Formats: sequence, structure tokens, C-alpha cells
Amino acid sequence: MRRTGAQMVWEILRREGVQIIFGYPGGAILPIYDALVDYPIHHVLVRHEENAALAADGYARATGKVGVCMATSGPGAMNLVTGLACAMLDSSPVVAITGQVTSHLVGSDAFQEIDVTGVTLPITKHNYLVNRVEELPRVMKEAFYIARSGRPGPVLIDICKDAQMASTGFEYPETIELPGYRPVLRGPEEQIRQAAAYINAAERPVILAGHGIILSGANDELRELAERGNIPVSTTLLGIGGLPESHPLNLRMMGMHGQAYANMAIQEADLLIALGMRFDDRVTGNLKSYAPRAEVIHVDIDPVEIGKNVRADVGIVGDAKQVLRQILPFIEHRYRSAWFAQIERWRGDAGARDILNQGLLKDMLLAPYVVHEIWRGTGGDITVVSDVGQNQMWEAQYFQHDRQNQLITSGGLGTMGFAVPAAIGTKFGRPDDEVWAVVGDGGFQMSIPELATVVQEKLPLKIAVINNGCLGMVRQWQELLHDRRYSEIRIAGPDLVKLADAYGIKGQRVWRPDDVAEAIRAARQCPGPVLTEFVVEPEINVFPMVQPGKGLHEMLRRPMPSRNMAMAEKV
Amino acid sequence: MPPGDDSSTRKSTHILVALVENKPGVLNRVASLFRRRSFNIESLTVGHTESPDISRMTIVVDTSKTSAALVEKNLNKLINVIDVQDVTHAPIVVRDLALIKVTAPAERRAEIMQLVDIFRAKIVDVYAESVIVEVTGPEAKIDSMVELLHPFGIIEMVRTGRVAMVRGSGYRAPYVLSDNGTNGVRVNPTPNL
Repeated sequence: MRRTGAQMVWEILRREGVQIIFGYPGGAILPIYDALVDYPIHHVLVRHEENAALAADGYARATGKVGVCMATSGPGAMNLVTGLACAMLDSSPVVAITGQVTSHLVGSDAFQEIDVTGVTLPITKHNYLVNRVEELPRVMKEAFYIARSGRPGPVLIDICKDAQMASTGFEYPETIELPGYRPVLRGPEEQIRQAAAYINAAERPVILAGHGIILSGANDELRELAERGNIPVSTTLLGIGGLPESHPLNLRMMGMHGQAYANMAIQEADLLIALGMRFDDRVTGNLKSYAPRAEVIHVDIDPVEIGKNVRADVGIVGDAKQVLRQILPFIEHRYRSAWFAQIERWRGDAGARDILNQGLLKDMLLAPYVVHEIWRGTGGDITVVSDVGQNQMWEAQYFQHDRQNQLITSGGLGTMGFAVPAAIGTKFGRPDDEVWAVVGDGGFQMSIPELATVVQEKLPLKIAVINNGCLGMVRQWQELLHDRRYSEIRIAGPDLVKLADAYGIKGQRVWRPDDVAEAIRAARQCPGPVLTEFVVEPEINVFPMVQPGKGLHEMLRRPMPSRNMAMAEKV
Repeated sequence: MPPGDDSSTRKSTHILVALVENKPGVLNRVASLFRRRSFNIESLTVGHTESPDISRMTIVVDTSKTSAALVEKNLNKLINVIDVQDVTHAPIVVRDLALIKVTAPAERRAEIMQLVDIFRAKIVDVYAESVIVEVTGPEAKIDSMVELLHPFGIIEMVRTGRVAMVRGSGYRAPYVLSDNGTNGVRVNPTPNL
């Protein structure tokens, strides 16, 4: 059957199982938008293309399926860039389709013409420029396959306008020929046995669980490894949700703002079992003093990651789920009571140091308290999408994530303005789930236009703006690392209740600790979207903190209560 | 602990041979990778192979063993790269080609021709006051040829950069597999060429 390039795009999206896409039309992609009218795919009109990419990313993370975004040439495609980079660094399967000027104008600086494949080359897993309609089916088939297989990532397809309009016989290829792309999923037997032997012999092992656990759906296998071998687990930020956080073996998050006892356990471990994580500088601190006594088993689907930052004694290239299934039969139970007793000693005063246990709650509204109350008030039975900065770290620390893949957040790129658009994508991916966006007032002001999308799509999102009137994490760094020379951290904002009202959304403002629970209840009871502004204390810090250049054990801890009173006065 | 010890951080010359799909933009992807990871390329040659769909690159980098392994893995990660091997320590034939335009007045021409003979080079162009010498061979041979021609006055010179091929009947030297931290696991099995 004959189809135009534009028709093929929708025909192929349908065949790939795509039901929803996020985009913004424009001149060079008009033929594709024209053809959309005839196809049963839901298009969400965002208010800025960056948010189309972030929403597609959120959708992909929430469902495990490929998220699709679309934009026109030039400015439209350029606005996708940040969202694609975000998907790239967090290995999120996204396909971006952009219109390009007519092929004979490519390279001539025509109106809205930019070398999009050139610009996006380092921030996509792969990209294509299509200038002949005949290439389109093969390219799209490959793009979806590349985006979702191996280590997932964004793939961009730039389609010239004449290729969108030209027609030819349409046949969707059944097979893919990519001689240079063959992800390895199974680990080699020799390394599997070697890894098992290391694990069985270890006295002080720690499992480091990363995003790969969630991407490969290895939650059950991770749990089984931890339980069968009696091994504590610490997660990266993106590994949160790999193992329930109430599980007794879960030490929770590691790294710069991780739990102190998790970091200490890593530093004193004799074996690190790294699963689908990449030893990012935010989880290792200074590499020179990182886990000095540990041997390292590193399982990752991307061979580049193995040995990149931390030398691996056993490197296994493979899919986390498959490799764990291979290793599990060899794992023996060990008591390791001395190790667990040591971890308990490190855990020791963590509770007393917790800012929520320092008697401050009566007088001031603290952001950690707000997050904790969202967890308590919802029974933890929601999907949380957090933004970037202090709000993100407090969410990671004070929300107990017990559901599989419960947290959606921007890790690698740290994309401010992620939460609201990603929550839009998440809500489409999990329509039966209650979805909360937890966002600071800085990140929220990057996302305000998307409130109109929320309204237009009738999405019952719950948005919690943690408003401290400043760029909190930047302020914390300036306080601790730049002698409190505050530079450009005060950020004003609109009256958020009136803003919500202007968009036709229920808005509420909370500034007293006593009203938090009620506001959360009210937000949940409202059938539509709700914007809740929590006016919190501006000058509190996220602790523990591993300062840049410091070792993981050299954490800055929150002072103990006795010493803290003076500081509390100051705050 | 960070990867690498003294022996793996010391810099030396590494020769990588990459088979890539013959498509527009592939060279850009390879070059972009080197730029991005700050690897300095000493030479890079690209040309056709026996198969019209596949081009072959010979890439020479001066770097540590650890970085060379990282380059190899990063190259392999590119979708359009079919295969990469580090042939530095394999039995290989390495060749470089140079065209050297030398000042050659009639009275000194015999001297030049003698040198050309010794080096089994060729004179491929003769002009009243100059000749062009073509020489191929391993890099060291060309270096000494250049050195010896220098006193005559080199007007201009161009070198192709090194190309390399593993000796023997196989495409890939079986023991070349580098221990790059993946314990011999290759992303891309040797293509059936």
C-alpha cells in the first residue's frame, strides 16, 4: 500500500504500540501533524518543547516503554535538547521525531534550519537524518529497537519535509540489520562462578543497586540475592525502588547525601557488588579513598562503564536480571553477624541527628517534615516525581519508597524543571496511580506554563511546591563552600494560590506545621489537579553531605541536638 | 580505588583498527567521540575495504593502556562501528606513505636518486628545480628518509598516516582480545567477512 512519509510515521508509531506522544507543531513538521488527524494516537500539546522531551522521559520511566516526543525544525528541535540530554544520562528510552527543512535546503541556513543531528550527536544514543521517504520504515524500526534495547537511551529522527510529503509503497520491516549493535545480555559462565565465589567468601559485602535493576526489572532477583546471601543493599538515587526501603537489608541511599551508615559500610566493605550502576562521582566521593579494602564485582550492560571509574575485579557485561538469575543458584547463606552489628553501630545516632527529632517542628515548617507527611498522609502508595536540588534529596531521604519503581527523578543531568513535565508523562503512563510532583519554587518557576497542559488534559496531578524563597542547594553550597557569600539565590515568585486560580486549578498555601496533614488530605480528596504551596524555612541544609573532593567517609553530619540549639536560634 | 596502576597509566602508541558502516556522518561520530573524551589522535586514515558497505579506519593514539581500552570500548558502542581491535601487540604490517617535494638542482639530483634507491622509494614527478619523492614503509623508515632529505630543502610534504593489517590468513589475531576490564567479553563478535 502507498503511504506518504507523514502517514508512515503514525502507522509505524501505532505498530510500535505508541498510544501517546508529547509534542509541539511547527512549519517543517506540518505534513506529519496533518496526517495525525487520521490516526488514533493521543497527542499532548505541551507549552515548551523541552517539556515534551521531559514528559516522554517521565512516561518511559513510569512504563518501561518507549516515550515519544515531537517538534519542528530549528527552535523546536533545539528546545528538545535539555530533555534528550536528561534521557541520555539516565538511560531512558525516548524516541524524538523532528521535522527538518526540505532536503535540498539542508545546509543552506534556510529559515528554521539547524544541523539537528549534529547538535544532538553527543546527547543521543543514536540519531538519523531522513531525506528520502524510502528510508523511513527501516530508520524508525531501528530507532525504536535501539532506544529500548541494551542500555536504553534517546534516539532522534530528523525527517526532511519533502520526505514527509513524498509517498511510496509501505512495508514495515520485520527484521533489523545492525551489524555494529548487539547488546550482550548473558554473563559468561566463568565470571558468574567467580562472582559467586567472591560473594560467598565475603565477610563485609555491600550490594550497590542502581537504575539497571529497575530498567531490567530485576527487583525480585535483587531481593533474592540480598536475602539468600544475607547481604545489605544500598541504592543510588535512581536505584531507589529497586528494593523496598522498609526491608531490613536496605541501607537506603548512598553517596553525597546518602545515609551515613550506608556510606560507612561501603568504605569498610571487603566486597562491593555493583549492579546496574556506574560509580558516578555523586556516589563515590573522592575515588582515591573510595572503598579502599573492597574487591569489586561490577555488572553492567554497558561495557564502557566497567572499569571506567572504579577498577573491577570481576567485570560482567550483561543485563542485571539475567546475570542475577545466573548467579543466584551459586549463592550460599552467610550470617555475617559481626558485619551487621557494625552497621548497626554506625546507624547509632542517625535518629538523634535527624532534624525532625530535634524539637524544632512546633515553631517552623521544615521541608523534610513536609515530605515525610506526604509519605505518611498517602500511606506511601503513590508515585513521586521529584525535581532537582534540596527538595529532591529530602524526598529521597524522608519518603520511604516501598513500591517498585516508585520514584521518578532526574539523576545524571540534574535537570531543574523536570518534576512537573515528567509528572505529566508519568500520569499518562500510570493513569490509575496517584502522582505527586515534589518541586522547589525554583524548578517550579521553570515549569509554570505546563499547568495549562495539566488543565487541558484534565490530569489530576498533585503538585507540592516546597517554597523556601531561594535556590536551596545553591545556597547550601554557598554557605558551606563559599563562606556564606550568597550570590543570586534569592528568588521571588508569584502568588501561587492566585496562579493556580488563574489556571483553574485548586490552590492552597500552608505555612504552619499543624496544617500540613490537612492540606495533603484535601489535595487527595480533590478529584482534579491541586497545587499546594508549602512555605518552609529557607536556611536549613541537607545532611549528611560529602563535600566535593572529600572521601565518602568524611561526611559533614548534622550536629547533635545539644550543639544544635545555638544554631537553631540563628536559623 | 581508581582504575589503573603505573604500568597502565604510562603513555604509549596504540594502533586501533575499526570496521565501520560506510554511511554519511560516521567519521563525525568517531571524531566526536575522541574530542568528547579528550583523546588526542596521532593519525586517522579511512578507506574502502573489500566490501562496499564497510569502511576501515586505522587510528593511532598516544595514550595509556587504560585509556586505549576505554577508546576501544567507546568506539564499539557506536552503532555504526561494526568491530574494533587494538592491534598494537599483534603481529602486524604497518605502512605509512609520504610524498616529499625536494629542491633538486641538476648537480644534486644524483645524490637524491641514490637515497631514493636505498630506501626503495620512487621519484614520481620531476621538474626543473625539484622532484617529488614517494616513499612507503613503517613510520621509522619514512622519518629517516625525511631526515636525510632535509638538507636538500623540503618544499612541502604530506603523509597519509598509518594503516595496519594483522599478518596471517585470519581477519583477527585470536589473542588480540584485550583485557579491558570486561574479562574478554566482546560487545560485537567478529563479523563474518
